[in-house]
Amino acid sequence: MQFWKIFSKGLILENPILVLALSLCPALAVTSSVATALTMGATVTFVITCNNVVVSIVRKWINPKVRVPVYIISIATIVTIASLVLQAFLPLLYKDLGIYLELVVVFAIILARAEVFAAKNSVVRSFLDGFGMGCGFIIAMLIIGVIRELLGNGSILGFDILGANYPAALIMVLPPGAFILIGYLVALFRLIVKKWEKRQKVREEALS
Amino acid sequence: MSEQSIHQEDRQTKLLVSSSPHILSNDSTRKIMWTVIIALVPAIVFAIYYFGLPAFQTLAIGGISAVVFEVIVQKIRRKPITVSDGSALLCGLLLAMCLPPQVPVYLPIVGSFLAIVVAKHAMGGLGQNIFNPAHIGRAALMVSWPVAMTSWTKMQSVVDTVTTATPLNILKMQGYEALIDTFGSQTEMYKALFFGLRNGSIGETSAFLLLIGGVFLIYKRYIDWVAPVCMIATVGILTWLFGGSNGIGSGDPLFHMMAGGLIIGAFFMITDYVTTPITRKGKIIFAVGAGTITVIIRLIGGYPEGVCYSILLMNCVTPLIDRFIQPGQYGRK
Repeated sequence: MQFWKIFSKGLILENPILVLALSLCPALAVTSSVATALTMGATVTFVITCNNVVVSIVRKWINPKVRVPVYIISIATIVTIASLVLQAFLPLLYKDLGIYLELVVVFAIILARAEVFAAKNSVVRSFLDGFGMGCGFIIAMLIIGVIRELLGNGSILGFDILGANYPAALIMVLPPGAFILIGYLVALFRLIVKKWEKRQKVREEALS
Repeated sequence: MSEQSIHQEDRQTKLLVSSSPHILSNDSTRKIMWTVIIALVPAIVFAIYYFGLPAFQTLAIGGISAVVFEVIVQKIRRKPITVSDGSALLCGLLLAMCLPPQVPVYLPIVGSFLAIVVAKHAMGGLGQNIFNPAHIGRAALMVSWPVAMTSWTKMQSVVDTVTTATPLNILKMQGYEALIDTFGSQTEMYKALFFGLRNGSIGETSAFLLLIGGVFLIYKRYIDWVAPVCMIATVGILTWLFGGSNGIGSGDPLFHMMAGGLIIGAFFMITDYVTTPITRKGKIIFAVGAGTITVIIRLIGGYPEGVCYSILLMNCVTPLIDRFIQPGQYGRK
């Protein structure tokens, strides 16, 4: 039960992009198509999970004064592995992601989970936390990517959905569309979280 | 404004306790909005007469879809339905007036959706929106469908002096001499701009008829004259100074003051109660800023016309202006 809680909080209630508002850069930059958004989501999930495990394993042997450099080295190593794998097996997507793949090293959400969670918790819990956060990241990227590609290009994952006559709204594949969309999605998630908290409160009061 | 309307409706039934000032006036949101719509009527009628059926279609679709979206959103939000106050209709009409007459049917519909749902109700409804809804609609359409928004097909009009590009477009692409050539002479050009015998968006053709509407609103004291005058004067002075090709002071201020969406922007957009500063000093700052940005976009920027963007940019800083231009308390030196 507790493990499920650690895993599931990243999905909606503490969604990294739409609630914590960390790592907005990839959410803006690589979500113009579902394929790049998914690849980026998977990469970040891989990096954040591995890094949480590594940090959790070494947390007792590291002098707190040098913990950040250690985190960065760990993250950079994992990102290099991920980018080499992508380059080898998915060269086209690797090209599409471009500089943003290397930028994963400095994504706030990865460092934040290492510092806030993995440095204080056991390996299993850290793994679940990282994986949950990564899944939340994928969910957010998928929502943004699907809306942007559908409205801005009339397709999903490259398959034509709305037909050839659909007048594509260019704004959705351009940066302003991403900014506006994420702003309104954040507002929507805020609404959901608020409603959920209210319900939780009512339930707790009923119990006590 | 909305508070006043509450005053109106509740005066008979409830004891209303509110903060000062306790001024009773007969102006309600409904009255003001419908008066503004009446002020737009001359320009709308002329545009339909001049551009024909396409303009009527665009205006009708814009207005009707705005009202429909308003009803739907207010139903969803479980708020009282207030379409009869005319604010949604006005918003839809202003949006349609910012569009070229011959646009695909979906443009005014999507524009109204963006204006009413995204720009107005998502921010909290009438009185809460940061940006001018009609201009948000137009800006988003401009980015989304740039080709449809700038296709000035030759109009089947009753007057035969219509060119295929807007005057500002000709100025941007071919220069001032080419602009004069299209109209014949300079006086002919001024005449065409003033009376509206030229191509352009539905609402930006006739400076004369828009001025009539604007002066009517000023006479009714619904808008403050300083804002439009300041904005148009700023555009005039700056284009006169920097607009010409032969050094400072060789520009054509009259052309720039009458061309494009400046008149409708100055009289109907920057006098919006919600998205512009409250105090007169603030209004002057807003108007001068909007005029300056318009000139910068027209003379240096990539787009031929900048009124829409200048007003949206100034909308961003309206709260800032309001904060710095607070009137002093009574009795304070």
